[in-house]
Amino acid sequence: MPARTPAPDLRSRLQAWIPKLVLSPTIAMMLAFVYGFILYTVYLSFTNSRMLPKYDLIGLENYQKLWGLSAWWTAVGNLAVFALLYISLCIAIGLALAIFLDQKIRGEGLLRPIYLYPMALSFIVTGTAWKWFMDPGIGLENTMHLWGWESFEFGWIKDRDMAIYTIVIAAVWQTSGFVMAMFLAGLRGIDNEILKAAQIDGASNWNLYRRIVIPMLRPAFLSAFVILSHLAVKSYDLVIALTGGGPGRATELPATFMYSYTFTRNQMGVGAASAVIMLMTIAAIMTPYLYAELKEKR
Amino acid sequence: MLKNLYSGVAGLALVASVAAAEDVEVLHWWTAGGEAAALNVLKDDLQGQGIGWVDMPVAGGGGEAAMTTLRARVTAGDAPTAVQMLGFDIKDWAAEDVLGNLNEVAEAEGWDKVVPEALQYFSKDDGNWIAAPVNVHSTNWVWISKSALDATGLDAPQSWEELIAVLDAMKANGITPLAHGGQAWQDATIFDAVVLSLGDDFYTASMIDLDPDALGGDTMVEAFERMAKLRSYVDDNFSGRDWNLASSMVINGEAGMQMMGDWAKGEFLRADMTPGEDFVCIRFPGTQGAVTFNSDQFVMFDVADGDAAQLAMAKAVMDPAFQSAFNVVKGSVPARTDVPNDAFDGCGKKGMADLAEAGSNGRLFGSMAHGHSVPASVKNAIYDVVTAHFNGEYDAATAAEELVNAVEFAQ
Amino acid sequence: MSHVTQDSTLRTSRANRVLIYLVLLLFALFYLLPFFVMLANSLKPLSEITGGNMLALPRDWTITPWLTAWSSAQIGIEPTGLRPYFLNSILMVVPAVAISTVLGALNGYVLTKWRFRGDTILFGLMMFSCFIPFQIVLIPMATVLGKLGLAGSIPGLVLVHVVYGVGFTTLYYRNYYAAFPTELIRAAMIDGAGFFRIFWRILLPVSGPITVVSVIWQFTNIWNDFLFGASFGGTAQPMTVALNNLVQSSTGVKEYNVHFAGAILAALPTLLVYVVAGRFFVRGLMAGSVKG
Repeated sequence: MPARTPAPDLRSRLQAWIPKLVLSPTIAMMLAFVYGFILYTVYLSFTNSRMLPKYDLIGLENYQKLWGLSAWWTAVGNLAVFALLYISLCIAIGLALAIFLDQKIRGEGLLRPIYLYPMALSFIVTGTAWKWFMDPGIGLENTMHLWGWESFEFGWIKDRDMAIYTIVIAAVWQTSGFVMAMFLAGLRGIDNEILKAAQIDGASNWNLYRRIVIPMLRPAFLSAFVILSHLAVKSYDLVIALTGGGPGRATELPATFMYSYTFTRNQMGVGAASAVIMLMTIAAIMTPYLYAELKEKR
Repeated sequence: MLKNLYSGVAGLALVASVAAAEDVEVLHWWTAGGEAAALNVLKDDLQGQGIGWVDMPVAGGGGEAAMTTLRARVTAGDAPTAVQMLGFDIKDWAAEDVLGNLNEVAEAEGWDKVVPEALQYFSKDDGNWIAAPVNVHSTNWVWISKSALDATGLDAPQSWEELIAVLDAMKANGITPLAHGGQAWQDATIFDAVVLSLGDDFYTASMIDLDPDALGGDTMVEAFERMAKLRSYVDDNFSGRDWNLASSMVINGEAGMQMMGDWAKGEFLRADMTPGEDFVCIRFPGTQGAVTFNSDQFVMFDVADGDAAQLAMAKAVMDPAFQSAFNVVKGSVPARTDVPNDAFDGCGKKGMADLAEAGSNGRLFGSMAHGHSVPASVKNAIYDVVTAHFNGEYDAATAAEELVNAVEFAQ
Repeated sequence: MSHVTQDSTLRTSRANRVLIYLVLLLFALFYLLPFFVMLANSLKPLSEITGGNMLALPRDWTITPWLTAWSSAQIGIEPTGLRPYFLNSILMVVPAVAISTVLGALNGYVLTKWRFRGDTILFGLMMFSCFIPFQIVLIPMATVLGKLGLAGSIPGLVLVHVVYGVGFTTLYYRNYYAAFPTELIRAAMIDGAGFFRIFWRILLPVSGPITVVSVIWQFTNIWNDFLFGASFGGTAQPMTVALNNLVQSSTGVKEYNVHFAGAILAALPTLLVYVVAGRFFVRGLMAGSVKG
């Protein structure tokens, strides 16, 4: 019996079923197409599947192979650096832009789409633009030299240790505008009366945001965090278009690793094993956060 | 005689197909202007026979995207009629038991006699024809800017030592001697040629038989040292560059030469350069007379209805007129050796002669870099090592060692 | 447009406002930079790109690349341009976005205002489902679509996009509605309003901003998806597959100007959605409804 429904007359008992009914298609789809497929992948990771799925079990061999691959560890290390920088930069920029844009800005209607548009462009092509822009021979560095700033250097994309940061720049460019939109929606959902009351009490702008507004945006932070970590984990197009995983394999990420083992290298078993490890890592990071975030609401 | 027999058979099949209005659904990644237009010739030919063409282009990653699509299609029980495919992918699909059989038309047309043996290795499975080869690309070409070469005062190089002399002279002339794009497959394309230049037997042992002694031996260390030497002639900015931008460096005179398959010729021709006058095409020094190839083939899937259309398509693909028209545009050479070479330019004629010669001398080898010597998993494992070495992660001795490990791991 | 009811802000000094505008404009520049590269190069002839400075303005202005990309670029074996593929994409995107957004809004409403035992766990599972890598989905999904007879069709693609989009839309709406005062809902229940009536009358009118976010997200993702479109689209290939075919020719001549023009063309519908949907980013409705 739902805990929060009022007086249980006949009509409300009927009503009590509607919410569950409404939720059921989503739950059915989720169980079949997400959790069902995850179990399937777990199974595949114990098989010797190569080009197409095979169902003879071979034990832990794929996991052993995966462990022995230096490229996998590079990919995991890259993801840690990438995700950390990408998520924190996007949230910082997105929140700042949203707050600034919420100050009765002239031309908000023009600025908003400018911030958002990078999301609209497929990285298949924007990757080329970025690649050129960051290429020291033809891009920014070259242009600066032509303008007379001879000592200017920006060759990160060709440098094995720095290339991953060029991916961060392009990724932040692409999604920070959307994070701005998420926070802006959150800000616009906050009741103005609260703000006015606080201001009458003499709170400074800084304190107003720090003490009242940002705490009220907690659910928006949750959305942003989930969306950004999802994007970080799945970043594929970006890497392929910008560096192709190079120089060498210096910018390989787990998503490119998974794709190449599953599809281009015909080692589906190893690909599945890497997917399982990825999902377990995500679960290990997300569960405590979700637990803390959702428990409080009760 | 045979032709009549065949058309009789096809005629019988057509009785059924006229009502069904048979189509062929073709999955391919030939979407660039010229090659797609050439493919249109095939489409028109089939349409003339009442067979519709359902186009299913999926480009990207040299066919990787199309192969992923194919997997989804086959798993869903909805395989296309014909699929463009390369090398060992064909072998892998044949092993899955999902392909059709072209013996009927192959026998009638006498494919056994006109298709080089090295190609038949891929077009046939267990003695049965499963695919119709469209072209042969050879990958051990060097494209040299004529003006840059003349400026060195040297002749086109015939040996490794001469190559180094030319590269040094170009460097002294203040240009980038070697235009190259740092992508794994481009690194591997050069590696193929370097390995082959150290001997046919060495290429066979290391790149085809995957003999650990050859993979980790002194000759392989030598091959990696040659790669490192070539690396020293590449500009600093090479990483991630597309191959066609490397070509335009040669065209613009910024660079002296490029080591790339015959598709690069299209870039030179488009820039209004004439073979022999503005640019020179030679085999990678030390590999004269031998050819590393990759061959696009239309692999036929086992489809419930559409057998007759499938056979008609296979026949049309192997038609000498189509083979000539397509390959002139594509820069490659025909997959059958009896096609007249009138329509081809100087480099094309040389390519055809080289192919015929290499084929009859047993010096035609599948290219490792392009998936014609080993399965995809091994190929990519070799890529990893070659690229890592080329980018300075390993020295030559370590690279040879890693190569043995990587290949063993991927098998 | 929406500024009339916006009054979150508060007193800011003139200096601060100048600073705010400066920061906003600087970021606008940062966002526009790659667009400039694309636009400038899409208006140049190819020789000027391969031969010259890629960051420079065109010397010879030309619109040909745009016309080529739209109607005569080689996509498959026919030089059709991107034009015929637009319809496929629209037929796929519109239903998929509509269904997943409606489902997400209802789910969010149930999960915040009609809570039941275990709802948090369900929500957690839904959020985790957002992380499933599409690479591992491909093969089993192909099997299922094949069994359902939906392989190679637009309804099949719509199903796939709804399945993997609904987790996100639920996330947005749930987290947005979580901040909405539950007292209002309870008051309405006591007044005898039913499930859908409450949703329609009370929550929907304040859902403008989050609907914008959800629609933008779904529209963009589905419009730009390549993997599913290429695998399950059959002959009804969406826009991205065509764009990809235009751009990714491995052994042909790369016409960068046409590529850039094509990329911008392909993004126009999404941009239109951003501008149109942006109008619903209004504030103050919630306050109105609180007062009754």
